[in-house]
Formats: sequence, C-alpha cells, structure tokens
Amino acid sequence: MTDAPSEFSAQDYKYGFSTAVEAETFGAGLDEAKIRRISRSRGEPQFLLDFRLKAYAVWRGMQPPEWASLHYPPIDYDGIQFFSQPKKSGDGTPAYASLADVPKEVLETFEKLGIPLDEQKRLSNVAVDAVFDSVSIATTHQQKLHDAGVIFCSFTEAVHSYPALIERWLGSVVPTADNYFAALNSAVFSDGSFVYIPPYTRCPLELSTYFRINNTEAGQFERTLIVCDEGAQVSYLEGCTAPKTSKHQLHAAVVELVAAQDADIKYSTVQNWYAGDPETGEGGVYNFVTKRGACRGARSRISWTQVEAGSAITWKYPSCILQGDDSVGEFYSVALTNGRMQADTGTKMIHLGRNTRSRIIAKGIAADRSQSTYRGLVQVARKAEGARNFTACDSMLVGKRAEARTYPYIDAQRDDAQIEHEASTSRLSEDQLFYLQARGLSEEDAVAAIVTGFCKDVLDELPLEFAAEARKLLTLKLENSVG
Amino acid sequence: MTLAITNLHARVGDEATGKALLNGIDLVVKPGEVHAIMGPNGAGKSTLAKVLAGHDAYAVTAGGATLGGADLLALEPHERVHAGLFVGFQYPVEVPGVVNGEFLRLAYNARAKARNQPEVAAKDWAPKLAEYIRQAEAPEDFAGRGLNAGLSGGQRKRNEILQMVVLDPLVAVLDETDSGLDIDAIKAVARGINAWRRADRSVVLITHFQRLLDLVQPDRVHVLVGGRLVESGGPELSARLEREGYGRWGA
Ligand SMILES: Nc1ncnc2c1ncn2[C@@H]1O[C@H](COP(=O)(O)OP(=O)(O)O)[C@@H](O)[C@H]1O
Ligand SMILES: [Mg+2]
Repeated sequence: MTDAPSEFSAQDYKYGFSTAVEAETFGAGLDEAKIRRISRSRGEPQFLLDFRLKAYAVWRGMQPPEWASLHYPPIDYDGIQFFSQPKKSGDGTPAYASLADVPKEVLETFEKLGIPLDEQKRLSNVAVDAVFDSVSIATTHQQKLHDAGVIFCSFTEAVHSYPALIERWLGSVVPTADNYFAALNSAVFSDGSFVYIPPYTRCPLELSTYFRINNTEAGQFERTLIVCDEGAQVSYLEGCTAPKTSKHQLHAAVVELVAAQDADIKYSTVQNWYAGDPETGEGGVYNFVTKRGACRGARSRISWTQVEAGSAITWKYPSCILQGDDSVGEFYSVALTNGRMQADTGTKMIHLGRNTRSRIIAKGIAADRSQSTYRGLVQVARKAEGARNFTACDSMLVGKRAEARTYPYIDAQRDDAQIEHEASTSRLSEDQLFYLQARGLSEEDAVAAIVTGFCKDVLDELPLEFAAEARKLLTLKLENSVG
Repeated sequence: MTLAITNLHARVGDEATGKALLNGIDLVVKPGEVHAIMGPNGAGKSTLAKVLAGHDAYAVTAGGATLGGADLLALEPHERVHAGLFVGFQYPVEVPGVVNGEFLRLAYNARAKARNQPEVAAKDWAPKLAEYIRQAEAPEDFAGRGLNAGLSGGQRKRNEILQMVVLDPLVAVLDETDSGLDIDAIKAVARGINAWRRADRSVVLITHFQRLLDLVQPDRVHVLVGGRLVESGGPELSARLEREGYGRWGA
C-alpha cells in the first residue's frame, strides 16, 4: 500500500484528485486520551466529552456486525486517523471565522467539485455547508436563514452557540449503543451539520451539506442532526466525494432526524465516494452509516431519498420510527454498484402509532462483478392499528457476473396490518443498448434512457437542482460498465 | 435515396473461430421500390438486417453498403437512423423500465436534432404520438406500454411499425414483421406499411409468407441461401417459392 493517491486508468472517477493541504492530525489509532484531546481541541462542554467517553467504552465492548452480505477483511482501527483538519494559524477556535481564513486550496477544491462557496458564485437557492475531512469550512446564505429563524450551521458551531439543543437531541434517535459504527461515531465524530427549523416555518432554501474526504489516511465521522419543530418543513441534501487512494477510507456517519407534530423532513443523499479500483477492488471508501428519523408527532412525515453510486462498501439503512399517529415514512433508493463494489442497503419502517403509513421504493442496479443487496424491515407494533406499508424492490443486472439479492423482512404484531410487497429482477444487455441505438439514440442517451426509466420513481423525489446531476452520475457510471 | 449493397461479406465472432454468414450480397434498392427477401431458416436474412443496422456482433470482412451514396457502414448505429435507414427486427428486445411513448419521443427528437429540425417538448408529444399511432394502425394503448416489455411477440412487431412511422426513414428493412401475427394483424401491418410508402421511400421485406406480399406488392423478389442471393425475379417468384420451397438450392 502506498500513501499517495494513485491514478487508476481503468475507470474515470473525476473527483479522484487530492488537494495538497497541510493537515493537523492526532496520529493513528484510538484511545481515551485521544478522545479527550479531540474534545479539548474543540473546546467542547463537559456533557459532550462525557457522551464521547461513554460511547467509546460501549464501542470497545462491541463486535462489528456480520449479518450483512458484505465481504471485507477486518478493519485495522489502529491505522486510522480519527481526526484531521486543514492546518490553520491556530488560535484553538474550532471553526473558521470567515472564508478569508480558509486555506485557498480548500476553497479551490470545492470550486472544482462544483460547489463554489464565495458570495459571488455560490448556488443561489441552496444553502451549503461544506465539510472538508473533519471540519466544516463554510456555511453559505447565513443571513437569509437567520431572518427566517432557521439554524443551519456546522455541528461544531452548534455545540458552542446552541449547546442546550445539542444536549437535548444528540443521541435521542440513534442511541450510542445502537450499533458498532454508531458507537464509534459517537466517540469520535468531529463535524457535520445541525439544522433547527422553528415552529410553522417553511425553510426558505434547500439546505445542503457537501462532504469531502481529502486526507487519504483519515476516516470521516460526521454527525448530522436535524430537528424540525411543529408544522415546520425542510428539504436537506448531502453530497459526498473522496480522492482515489489505494487504501480503504472509513466513513462512519450518524444522521438523526426529529419531526414534531405536522413537521415534514425530506432528506436526500447523492453519494459518490470513491469506489475503489474496478478490477482489483483496491482502495475505496467503506461507508458504514446509521441514519434514522423519528416521526415523533402526529401527522409528521420523514422522507429519505438516496442515490448511492459510490463507495467500495455501503452499509446503510435510513429508517423511520413512526411514533406519531398518522405519521408517514418514505424511503426512495437507487443503489448503483459496478466494478467490485458491494452495497447492502435498505430501510427499516417501525410502525408504532395508529394509521401510520410507509412506502419503500428501492432500485438496485448491479454491474460488472459487484453485489447489491436490498435489506428492509417493516415492523408493526401491537398498538399500530391501521398501519400500512407498500414496498417495491426492483433489481437490474448488467452483465453476467453481478449479483442482486432482496431480503424484505416483515414483523407484524397485528393481523390487520396491510403490507404489500412487489419485487422484480431484470437484465440490461448489449442487445438492449443496440436496440435503442438502432432507433437513433446515441449510446449515452441509450444508457440514460434505461437508467432514467428504471429509476424514475426515485429520481422524481430528488430536489430539482440535484435530479439532473444524479441522472448524469448514474449514466456515466453505467456507461463504463456496458460500453 | 438508394441503398446499394455490394459484395457484402460478414462473419460473426473472431477470425479464427468465427463463422462466415454473408458471402457476397449484391442488392440495389432504388427510391419507391419494394424488395422482398425470402429464404430458409439460417440463410443469413436477419444477419443482413443487423449488419445494415450496425450490430457489433458482426464484422464486415469484404464489400460494403452505401445509402444515398454515403458509406453506410462507416456510421454508428444511431447515425444510420439519422441518415434515413430503419431496420425492424425479427426479435425486438424488451427494455425494462422504459415507457414506449416517452422512448418514441426521445427517438423522434434525436432524429429531429440530427436534421436540424425542432424537437418536441414532453407536453406537446401526446397528440403527435396519437396521430402516429393512428397512421401505423397500432393499438391505442401503445403510448403507455413498456418498450416491448409486457408485449406479446405480435404486439412487438406492430410496435416496430409504429417506430418506423415515428422515425420517418427513407429506406426501411423489415425482418419478418409478419411472423407470429394473425391475419387481421398482418392486414393492419400491411396497411401501415402502404400508408407510409411514398415515391421517395423504399422498403425491403424479409418474409417467409406470400400473404404479406399479396398485400404489399414487391417489385423484386430475392432468394437468400447460404449468405448469398441465389436468384432474383419479379413478384411471381415468391408464389413459386411458396409452392416449391428452397430444395433446389440444397436447403
Ligand atoms: N450472433 C450470432 N452468433 C452466432 N451465430 C449466429 C449469430 N447470428 C446468426 N448466427 C448464425 O448465422 C446463421 C444465420 O442466421 P440468421 O441470419 O438469423 O438466419 P435467418 O434470419 O435467415 O433465419 C444461423 O446459423 C445462425 O445460427
Ligand atoms: Mg431471421
């Protein structure tokens, strides 16, 4: 293994560049002293240090999960840097006071990725929080959000400015001991985004966080918390990329959503972490993510939309706890795997309240020698009178060596629960592509037509600004596999 | 536009292990003409159609083909369509997830764009497509069906005719479009073809059956055996073939 990002010729990953930025790290491996150091360097309040230490103790007593259809050698946690941030003329404060303090190379990195952060070039209708390795770089459109009473800032800033909110909600949806990776994240998380929407407020902008792993030795452990108060509404999108490296990078994030009565949260992800070498499987991000939303209030709604197109390994089950009566949970997913990628992803819909409804639309596209698994759980508690679920899982195989599996688990404690499940598997062949070309479509358009057709129900759920981008991403990836 | 095929040789697979399937085809189809190609199973009829369309399973080893004087084989498959060629396939494949009507709009727009003509927006497509469906005598619900997915063999053939009408080619090669259709469907397909015909449009019908040729009168009939056109004649040849078969060519 080498330290420097290496160039792979077989497949073009256009976000594969690395930026030469001097990084400040605490060295590899993890112990209690390092956790104290992370916490101290960030000037964290005592409750947060306690939270971390407790999580660390829990994590040390846990084993990594083995039930997923994923194959990878044991992760060497002693070789990972758990904290990395671009070096700055250090006065010890955790975030950059203004864009002027951010290293030029870092700003250029985001610009290259299509996320300009400065006032002139930034996206006009999307507020962006940019996270580089472990640290939030800048959050745009602060004034407009402030006027609406919306809080959208880096987690670090939230810890300092709104400690009471953090203390109240952190770990309230994903308990520390929930699973191995959530426990690890709880111990070492560095930055991420915090959102609070006050009662009866419709967030005036799309909110977006852009995660970039730059340090090729570092893991990324971000933490996102979104609290949507009574009758409020927000749409949030995260995007992710990482440089090409021959080593595996660990990404273990936790996302918690809380929806009060009549609140509506839409959470979208376009994940394009580096997927590793398509031939050898060398390198690529290990993406072990815990995402969960709690529909605490009546008539609240949480909708997850994800386009998972990168990572060597994806282990991710964005879920909804449908506590409030008449609450609604939705999961719309496209998982595209190619090369040697492995994805085990799906959702959990936990029906606790009465007349709760959930809807699951999962599309898996597996190409080359990749493996794609849908794993979903629909649970209906005894009190959840009138609960309803609809699930549709469609798999598309490209070529002969890819594999797709579907594991829809149902655990209903009521006989009157209405649970519907549909599943299909189809195959994309060169003959299909030729057929479309013989009707006048270029190869690119032919692939795009197939992807768009297959994923339509999911892509339609993405905010407009990102739907075209996601379609392009999927088309590009798939073209490499069928072309 | 004239389709001119000259001494066309093609094989499937690589040089060492591959198999020669077309062994010197000569054929000239002038504007307005109807040609029929008949022949036993395995003669190479579908291969000829797919080579003209640009399927990359086949390698052209000698000879060539021009469309309107331009080298047809130098074009990518989609460029051949834009140049005015349409090949209706014997076995149209299913493409899961793609909706027929929306696909036809993409195909129409790709051709329009190549001709510097205005593209049609999604919202304006429905009435236009309805008119094409009427012209092609295709079932009305075809706009909302899958692209061949969920269609029977016979429905797929009728979908091919609809695609032809939408794409507005000058030369159409239709490979066994009449196979697997009942007599009413054959009549509908024949009406679709006849309505589409014009003095500047020509068609090559690959078929086993006299029935279609009674409805779409050919100017010339060719017999394809062993990758060669072994005999050509007027319309009377097809009737004789139906009576006598291909035995005298050793097939
Ligand atoms: N892609 C292919 N791979 C291998 N053999 C093929 C392929 N296409 C056609 N052939 C063979 O070539 C011969 C001619 O096939 P075809 O052109 O389909 O005949 P026809 O349409 O006249 O019945 C057959 O023996 C067939 O098996
Ligand atoms: Mg044939």
